[in-house]
Amino acid sequence: MGSVIATSRTSSPHARRARSTSQVMLWVMVATLPGLAMQTVYFGWGNLINVVLCVLLAVGAEAMVLALRKRPLTFYLKDNTAAVTGLLLGLALPPLAPWWVSAMAVVTAIVLAKQLYGGLGSNPFNPAMVGYALVLVSFPLAMTTNWAAPAGLWQAAPDLSATVQSIFGGGQTAVDAFTMATPLDVYKHEITSHVASEVWQNPTFGTGIAKGWEWVNVAFLSGGIGLIVLRIITWHIPVSMLAALTVMSLAFGSNPDVTTPLSLHMLAGATMLGAFFIATDPVSAATSHQGKLIYGAGIGVLLYLIRTWGNYPDAVAFAVLLMNFAAPFIDHYTQPRTYGHRKARRGIASKGH
Amino acid sequence: MAALWQFPGGIHPTGNKHQSSARAIREAGLPPALILPLHQHIGAPAQTRVEVGDHVLKGDCLADAQGPMGVPVHAPTSGAIEAISLQPVPHPSGLSDWCITLIPDGQDSWGQRHPVSDYQQHERTDILAHIRRAGIVGLGGAGFPTSVKLKPPAQDTITTLILNAAECEPYITADDRLMRERAADIIAGLDIMAWLVRPERCLIGIEDNKPEAIGALEEATRGSLIEVIVIPTRYPSGGEKQLIQILTGREVPHGGIPADIGVICQNVGTAAAVARAIHQGEPLISRITTVTGNAVGTAGNFDVRLGTPVDYLLTCAGAQDKAIQQLIHGGPMMGFTLTNPAVPVVKSTNCIIAAGTGELPGPAEEQPCIRCGACAEACPMELLPQQLFWTSKSGEFDKAEHLNLFDCIECGVCAYVCPSNIPLVQYYRHAKGEVRTRRAEQIKADQARQRFDARQARLERDQAEKEARRKERASAMVARSPLEPDQPENSKAARGAAVREALARKNRTPSSKAGSGDTPATVASPGTGASAAETTAQPPDLADLEKQLAQARNKLNTMAGMLKEAQAGNADNVDKLERAVAKNRERVTRAEQALADARTRVDATPTSTD
Repeated sequence: MGSVIATSRTSSPHARRARSTSQVMLWVMVATLPGLAMQTVYFGWGNLINVVLCVLLAVGAEAMVLALRKRPLTFYLKDNTAAVTGLLLGLALPPLAPWWVSAMAVVTAIVLAKQLYGGLGSNPFNPAMVGYALVLVSFPLAMTTNWAAPAGLWQAAPDLSATVQSIFGGGQTAVDAFTMATPLDVYKHEITSHVASEVWQNPTFGTGIAKGWEWVNVAFLSGGIGLIVLRIITWHIPVSMLAALTVMSLAFGSNPDVTTPLSLHMLAGATMLGAFFIATDPVSAATSHQGKLIYGAGIGVLLYLIRTWGNYPDAVAFAVLLMNFAAPFIDHYTQPRTYGHRKARRGIASKGH
Repeated sequence: MAALWQFPGGIHPTGNKHQSSARAIREAGLPPALILPLHQHIGAPAQTRVEVGDHVLKGDCLADAQGPMGVPVHAPTSGAIEAISLQPVPHPSGLSDWCITLIPDGQDSWGQRHPVSDYQQHERTDILAHIRRAGIVGLGGAGFPTSVKLKPPAQDTITTLILNAAECEPYITADDRLMRERAADIIAGLDIMAWLVRPERCLIGIEDNKPEAIGALEEATRGSLIEVIVIPTRYPSGGEKQLIQILTGREVPHGGIPADIGVICQNVGTAAAVARAIHQGEPLISRITTVTGNAVGTAGNFDVRLGTPVDYLLTCAGAQDKAIQQLIHGGPMMGFTLTNPAVPVVKSTNCIIAAGTGELPGPAEEQPCIRCGACAEACPMELLPQQLFWTSKSGEFDKAEHLNLFDCIECGVCAYVCPSNIPLVQYYRHAKGEVRTRRAEQIKADQARQRFDARQARLERDQAEKEARRKERASAMVARSPLEPDQPENSKAARGAAVREALARKNRTPSSKAGSGDTPATVASPGTGASAAETTAQPPDLADLEKQLAQARNKLNTMAGMLKEAQAGNADNVDKLERAVAKNRERVTRAEQALADARTRVDATPTSTD
């Protein structure tokens, strides 16, 4: 046998079977579909239009910066991460938010929060939440008055053309008929002057817990459980975040005549979207199991604190961003105990150890 | 059924074992030449004891063991030594090493064999020496000398002897076939090892994907105290540390060996080799190697002589040259690629994979790490592979070590599951190499510094001694010196003597124009009052003394200035300068006195200038 076999030298392992980043991101997108469907059913076309707009803008912005940074376009674009960022913003922004608000959020997320830090994997903060927080503090009016009233697509929700007009048209007055404050917002303000039974009469809540919002949250919850089953995310962050929110709510807000009840904390607002799709962004989260538990719990606590005593009715973006700050620190002190070591080696490497 | 523990993480790669496990072990036969590397084990390479042209018999020792971790190399058949030269060997580096080339004579005739009958009647050390002389090393892949492993440190009491039959790597079925066909040999070897280390328990750990082998082992161990323990199939359960964890629930301490927790772990192939060495007196000259992959026609296991070229073995298995895309020595998870198929089978060659097109494709282009944590979920050592990756990539090796870099067993599960196609293990190997290099450099630098410090200390000591001697001399002088201030009654006369002495020295110089004939007299009459010679020499002496005084004053001023500066700057040489100033001040005083004295004398002898 001749020695002409032209084999290459590669490093072990020679076998691989991994889900690619692109597939992982695709699964994340698929898992949001039930939530998006519920949003559309209960609040009209707004979110769907936002999602399409934001995904296109995100991919466009990513492509632009990659071109400026002289990086191979298709290699990076096909990882689908920009699309996920756009998708999450589309799901999180008010359904009837004007297009320029969405555009500003997306461009900030992709350009400022992601690419300027070095692109995928290098961003310390959750890009989507940076974008969201920026527009929330910059355009509080547009961000609080454009939540669609839960009317049902089959009922009084604005039709497609009206929605398109409200998002892309200049005038915001036309949409006033379809908008309404969010349940968390309403409860927080009404409860200061009313008792719970009176507050619940508000049309925002409907006959269920939060008229449509609960189904949106349940849908995101089911999508999130799907991600855990598929081993795309681990249970640690969502479970600890929801547990912390529950504990905070039971400890400080057990009286519904004074504060927002637990049911609303869990099933209104962006709780489930945040717990399963936003807080679990691996790039900006803590890494070890223990670290994830602390990180998730921190988000849950902050979420409750800001919702209850802060100026904002919802607070997923701020809670996540604040814990992003803490993630590297958490990582230093939550390393698992390695095989054969009596205890975990924690803290920061000291010189000459 | 014993209780089982679990190791964290792990993966279930496609087994790909059926291709090679279905066929019985075949005899590879005699290749045209056998290439026997002198270094097929960890420890020092063996030392050749044959010369080119020698005729050797099968089983003859060709190279002697060197050092405590060395083992000898034997002739796998009878024939002639053709060369002792550098040849390509199976190694990740692809480098060459010293090898003995043996041309078989086709007789395959045995030399002297030394079987041990009733090994239990012998000293254990004798049996260990016999195992070492048989050249036996761990056949699982590590190449650790078996006799060393069977003689644990004195402070360790062995409670458990484990036979590793897990064979968790995909593709490899060498142990599987060996167990199916030669279970009795394996158990015989295990008996010998058990007699050597006297454990409380004797376990065989085997993955549940080998039912025939399990059956054969159970059959062979019926009625004995050996426990065959079936473990779930999960890579890397056959890693020594993982198997110990599964079977005993205990962990080998960081930086320690299994014997530290009372465990010794041996491979099934090694056990069979031990039995052969003791009962038949045959050294380790062949092993079972799996030859598989899509590029071979009849994948299977071969009883192959050590030194058989891989390309010969591939031909035995019906491999098509052109179909081979990738040639791997070992398994797909931890093996390394061979770029030269002429390399020989060595003691650690458990598998050769000739992969066809698309079978084991190289990694796709590396993407950025998204910190998804899949690697940490899969890591059996509970490391944080992604943190290790970041620190290794950025060259922060201190941090990588802090993250227990050196506990990585390079099993490859992290890279297997990485969605970004990052060759993680390669990064860790690089980091380990860098750290080792730096450690070696650090040791060198430390030695250099120690040498420098020693030299510096020696120089300082010499200087101090010199200084001490100088001081001694100086104080001796002062003791003799007439300038001692506490002897005022003598001072005048003594000063005069000193001046005269100085003058005498001056006059002795050739440039002296004063009457040279007087010089001896001057020297001969110290302290006897003014002589003629002395008076004539007085005037130039005065000027000289004045000059000396001026110089001393200048120096004192400079020193005082420096001292003031040093004090202002809080410098650390203040003490030294203070001493210097005091010394100079003393010198000035002395010079002043000498001058004054000289003047008085000049005044007292007015005739001199006339």
